[in-house]
Amino acid sequence: MLMDGRFGAFGGAYVPEILMPALEMLEKAFLDAQQDEAFRKELGDLLLKYAGRPTPLTRCRNLGNDRARIYLKREDLLHGGAHKTNQVLAQGLLAKRMGKTRIIAETGAGQHGVATALTGALFGLETRIYMGAHDVERQKLNVFRMQLMGAEVIPVTSGGQTLKDAVNEALRDWTASFEDTHYLLGTVAGPHPFPLMVREFQRIIGKEARAQILEEEGRLPDAVIACVGGGSNAMGMFADFVEDEAVRLIGVEAAGRGIEGDEHGATLLRGRPGILHGAETYVLQDVDGQIADTWSVSAGLDYPAVGPEHAHLKDSGRGEYVGATDREALDAFALLARSEGIVCAFESAHALSHALKMAEAATEDTVLVVNLSGRGDKDMEQAQRLLSGDAA
Amino acid sequence: MNRYDAMFRRLGARNEGAFGAFVTLGDPDLATSSDILDALVEGGADMLEVGIPFSDPVADGPVIQAASVRALAKGVTPADCFALLTHFRSRHPDIPVGLLTYANIVVARGREAFYQAARSAGVDSVLVADVPVFEAAPYLAASRASAIAPVLIAAPNTPESTLRRLAAEGEGYTYCVARAGVTGADEEVRFGHSQLLGTLKAFGAPPPVFGFGISRPDHVAAALDAGAAGVISGSAIVRLIADNPGEEADAVRGFVADMKAATRR
Repeated sequence: MLMDGRFGAFGGAYVPEILMPALEMLEKAFLDAQQDEAFRKELGDLLLKYAGRPTPLTRCRNLGNDRARIYLKREDLLHGGAHKTNQVLAQGLLAKRMGKTRIIAETGAGQHGVATALTGALFGLETRIYMGAHDVERQKLNVFRMQLMGAEVIPVTSGGQTLKDAVNEALRDWTASFEDTHYLLGTVAGPHPFPLMVREFQRIIGKEARAQILEEEGRLPDAVIACVGGGSNAMGMFADFVEDEAVRLIGVEAAGRGIEGDEHGATLLRGRPGILHGAETYVLQDVDGQIADTWSVSAGLDYPAVGPEHAHLKDSGRGEYVGATDREALDAFALLARSEGIVCAFESAHALSHALKMAEAATEDTVLVVNLSGRGDKDMEQAQRLLSGDAA
Repeated sequence: MNRYDAMFRRLGARNEGAFGAFVTLGDPDLATSSDILDALVEGGADMLEVGIPFSDPVADGPVIQAASVRALAKGVTPADCFALLTHFRSRHPDIPVGLLTYANIVVARGREAFYQAARSAGVDSVLVADVPVFEAAPYLAASRASAIAPVLIAAPNTPESTLRRLAAEGEGYTYCVARAGVTGADEEVRFGHSQLLGTLKAFGAPPPVFGFGISRPDHVAAALDAGAAGVISGSAIVRLIADNPGEEADAVRGFVADMKAATRR
């Protein structure tokens, strides 16, 4: 490895020895590509003309109040329906650059699976998606979308049958297939170089948002707010604001049915440092180190580890991490639809929920930027079921 | 002399390869697991490799994953595994015992405390499946502090610079991955390892033992012909445990005897 892959005490590359050459090859390809004008131009063109960047920064007309203005970074408008598209296009180009003919990926909510499937179709790469059987059930529409784009979707029946188990299966596949296969990991978690690479490919979110808010407000926001499962949309939003010390970086985890119990995905709030899926990071686990099963209404936040850079931001105090419960997220989801005519993903609704609390508590002029990381099409069936009681 | 050196010397004098048997501790339950360990020794295993059940064993295929699930369902903890091994050691003072586990199990207890507990339980070596040489330094230090041999993994694609460090830092034996992928019992195993073994030998690495996919006596013979000092068979034994409820010990005893016979030349 050319780098140590660390963010403070966190990160690293904890994988079976046989995968190390594949990670070294990827690190080198990534670092080379970052310096390669042709690569950057091709990626830039794809983001502009295929994915639909830049995405707007929308000021809420009806949410917020006379003290607090809430802006939404509209990653929900990106092709594919979420921020995931930013980095899968980049990794797809890298896979081609490395001469790989096949890509594999894990998915939780299905957004990363959809993004990987569109990349596979676009670049002519054989595509296999591992998805927890429980998530296959609650995200049926996304499964069909992946299949429509030519991807093979493998339901994973081990463990809690969610995102964690899908990552395990993808890693197992990769230990046998790395010679012709790129593991297109979907977030800023996993072994080096994934956390660094995915952050860099998502940095565009915060870079655009920073310029856009300066244009709108003539000043930086008081806080940028994003949901955190693995943490890629949050790192993408935070990366260009880290040096702006007056801007609070707020990550919102899935508090599920309450962080006092066991049914949540609040890794940074309730976990402790450990090693999972290749990285030293915060992990939800028991006293012996067995990984906990998690719960969130949103499949994308249902994960017992978190990107190691978030662990570092938490311990260094630069980042703040809070939770939003299923109920709070659903309320924010419904309120956004009713007030602004925007149907967001359940994941993103966690971030919005916290922004609404901050706006309510604001005593002076406040500008908040929420990363609306995805749209809610995939959640329609579940929303209908969960909210039908409320509508009646 | 440590137990691995003594074993390789004894077997070398007889022109035999080492047969290592792997099982997951606490599978299907603690009492049966203890009987199974005894049966492995009775069947003729020269060394044991034992796994502490882990919820997310990414280096393992479905057979050994299922063993972890069974043991965890019975509530088996690392402390139970150390107690099981302590009793085993009191019955079998000479056979080398290696522990195979994952990094999170080690760091959850605290690295130093984990290696000390292993030492107290009579364990000779520890292999952490998801700690490559790149991350090994603190594990090597904790291992040495407790007089535990750190076993490192060499794969056919491992670069020479890593093999050189592995040769200098590893002890006991070198775990050679016989093929890409996770653990599992295959029909066909090929050993194209002459280059790897040559490099390991040139660097003075601990004796090479082949694992992954060793499930039949002809695999054992082929591995030894290719230059291995021994083999470890895991999934094939674990599958026998799953398939023979109530008669686990008898099933593995006979299998181990057949596999051991193939190490004699």
